[in-house]
Amino acid sequence: MAEENKKKAADDMPDWSDYRGVMIVVEQRAGKAASVSLQLLGEGRKLADKLETELMALVIGHDVRHLAEEMIYYGADKVYVSDAPELKDYRTRPYSRVCLQVLRDVKPEIVLQGATATGRDLAGAIATHLPTGLTADCTILDVEPHPSRLLLASRPAFSEKMLATILCKQYRPQMATTRAGVFEALPRDTTRTGEVITVENTMKEEEIAAKVLRFIEETERFNLEDAEIIVAGGRGLGGPEPFKMLQDLADALGGVVGASRAAVDAGWIEHKHQVGQTGYTVRPKLYIAVGISGAVQHLVGMQNSDLIVAINRDPDAPIFKTANYGIVGDLFQIIPALTAAVKEKRVL
Amino acid sequence: MLHIVVCVKQVPDSREIRIDPKTNTLIRQGVPAIANFYDMHGLEEALRIKDEKGAVITVVCMGPPPAEKSLKECISLGADRAVLVTDRGFAGADTLATSYVLGLTIQKVAAEFGPVDIVFCGKQTLDGDTGQVGPGIACRLDLEQLTYVQKVEKIDQEARRITVHRHLEDGVEVVETAMPVLITALKEMNKVRRAPLPGMIRAAKFKPVIWTTQDFPGLERAKIGLKGSPTIVSKTWVPEQRHVDTEMIAADTPQATAGLLVDKLWQTELPQRFGWANGSEV
Ligand SMILES: Cc1cc2nc3c(=O)[nH]c(=O)nc-3n(C[C@H](O)[C@H](O)[C@H](O)COP(=O)(O)OP(=O)(O)OC[C@H]3O[C@@H](n4cnc5c(N)ncnc54)[C@H](O)[C@@H]3O)c2cc1C
Ligand SMILES: Cc1cc2nc3c(=O)[nH]c(=O)nc-3n(C[C@H](O)[C@H](O)[C@H](O)COP(=O)(O)OP(=O)(O)OC[C@H]3O[C@@H](n4cnc5c(N)ncnc54)[C@H](O)[C@@H]3O)c2cc1C
Repeated sequence: MAEENKKKAADDMPDWSDYRGVMIVVEQRAGKAASVSLQLLGEGRKLADKLETELMALVIGHDVRHLAEEMIYYGADKVYVSDAPELKDYRTRPYSRVCLQVLRDVKPEIVLQGATATGRDLAGAIATHLPTGLTADCTILDVEPHPSRLLLASRPAFSEKMLATILCKQYRPQMATTRAGVFEALPRDTTRTGEVITVENTMKEEEIAAKVLRFIEETERFNLEDAEIIVAGGRGLGGPEPFKMLQDLADALGGVVGASRAAVDAGWIEHKHQVGQTGYTVRPKLYIAVGISGAVQHLVGMQNSDLIVAINRDPDAPIFKTANYGIVGDLFQIIPALTAAVKEKRVL
Repeated sequence: MLHIVVCVKQVPDSREIRIDPKTNTLIRQGVPAIANFYDMHGLEEALRIKDEKGAVITVVCMGPPPAEKSLKECISLGADRAVLVTDRGFAGADTLATSYVLGLTIQKVAAEFGPVDIVFCGKQTLDGDTGQVGPGIACRLDLEQLTYVQKVEKIDQEARRITVHRHLEDGVEVVETAMPVLITALKEMNKVRRAPLPGMIRAAKFKPVIWTTQDFPGLERAKIGLKGSPTIVSKTWVPEQRHVDTEMIAADTPQATAGLLVDKLWQTELPQRFGWANGSEV
């Protein structure tokens, strides 16, 4: 029955046999690839293997040739590189020109990129130009095997209360952007080899209206997405002061501080600490949720953590259902005690 | 005078949507329809430009007739005119079909009311939530595209250049480009004003311009509505929540409880992985 359905799905579709391979459009700044791009190479590898096809990467920028090799180490079979001074900063027009040229020549069946500001900016432009369908902000990717070879792109919908699987049958390539932090990168394997292909940039500086005047890096380097230990606080903290207490615990563990939206909206801590649907998706080794009730919009951002500890005075708080270890109690008593216990154990 | 178009979508307030636990389907009843709030930040920015330099503001919306409510709200705040593009043929549009129709709409607005200098969209909507329609419209109209804008720094009408601050994951990019331009607005851009009384009075009697498929002579039927939409929602489901066997830790004092938890943590791979020295073994 399932077989039959698959055949039928394939019958409904035009012949797409010229379109083969999975392409990851890599995002980079100053020659460093974004972690979401490496995560996508890991996920793309699985999809390409299931389709018995190649995994390709497209790197665009200036002084980025070294990234070609890196992309191979992280799973790519073939890397297209366009390296030119005009491509130093991301700008929609020159980047989409290169992308379109490669996509039209190479004809991958699937094109994936991070659902970051840059990824969404670029993907939205190229999908319209091609034209083809673009599924936004996916958190689950899969493919149907040959012959339908359909990308099953699933994304949260209606404030994360549901998931929707979206297909694109009548157009190629099938495009999707994916959220950072949900897929896992492969370990960097320097024994892997692959092919590197150079792509010319055809857009001259005079043809580009947009000029990047300056870039103001976020002053304090703070990276929640890549943190391996997070101590997160919610409305239960009651104000900005108690976050210092959480910072002490995070310091003792070698981690960073996260927050629920309630704490961010109250102005107790900056948005860059927010975990959840409208914040960051994280998957640390250890996540300690303190005074956080466990609303779905928070859970989607942290439920893939390896080990979750919840501290809450309400024994019925939903967060306990997702936690490996739970402590019912007053955080103002538990947290200092915990920090002291960790310090003692570590002889700090 | 500058002519600014603001794209406003009327959306169900998805924060209010609940799931029926028995059928696992959405309960849409009683969910209020509101003007997408990011779009209102776009409108506010247009109003500020109008206050400062003078401008004419045209609001456009594609949606069913009740979307007139959101357009009236825009008028009450100070928009000059509003166009509702409505037709059953437009229903079921994904972002590609939506940007096609909004592109045609803005072209027609420019033809009938004068060339457009700036188009504002929201960063994304509360329902579809893709953030793809803005770039789609820019592409259709061959406009410069500035997404995730948190501040308009400068508009040089003579040189026809605009400078904005874009908010990216790792910092703020200050970028200058040529007008006409399409900007997608973040909520950090401004604080939306309240409607003044005269605005509310004007809005009460206001009727938007209505355009249907008939009003677009060059419209290609194959590019609109469900037919013009490459993406198909094949299924929706309610995700299963991660379920684990939670071990509750409790002892007589907070200190003892904390000690038990630390013991548990020290039984995992964490201390080794992070080089946490174990006091008792040092
Ligand atoms: C569209 C949308 C997007 C959203 N995006 C996000 C998002 O990205 N991230 C996010 O986190 N939320 C998000 N939310 C909000 C989410 O629905 C919740 O409102 C929010 O997560 C609640 O935060 P909280 O758990 O800190 O607060 P509450 O739900 O108020 O929970 C506070 C908890 O602290 C406990 N507590 C209080 N005092 C103490 C004490 N002394 N000791 C121990 N425990 C104590 C209470 O028992 C309670 O469980 C979003 C909502 C919507 C509609
Ligand atoms: C659960 C769900 C998931 C979906 N997923 C996808 C998907 O992955 N890919 C896809 O192509 N479509 C998807 N759609 C369809 C999409 O939501 C609709 O096409 C919608 O018409 C426009 O997209 P958006 O709401 O995402 O708008 P966005 O792209 O998020 O909107 C950006 C801005 O464009 C302007 N704008 C958008 N629509 C209108 C309008 N009708 N009138 C005036 N201004 C407007 C507003 O200024 C808005 O702030 C999905 C729909 C649902 C309900």
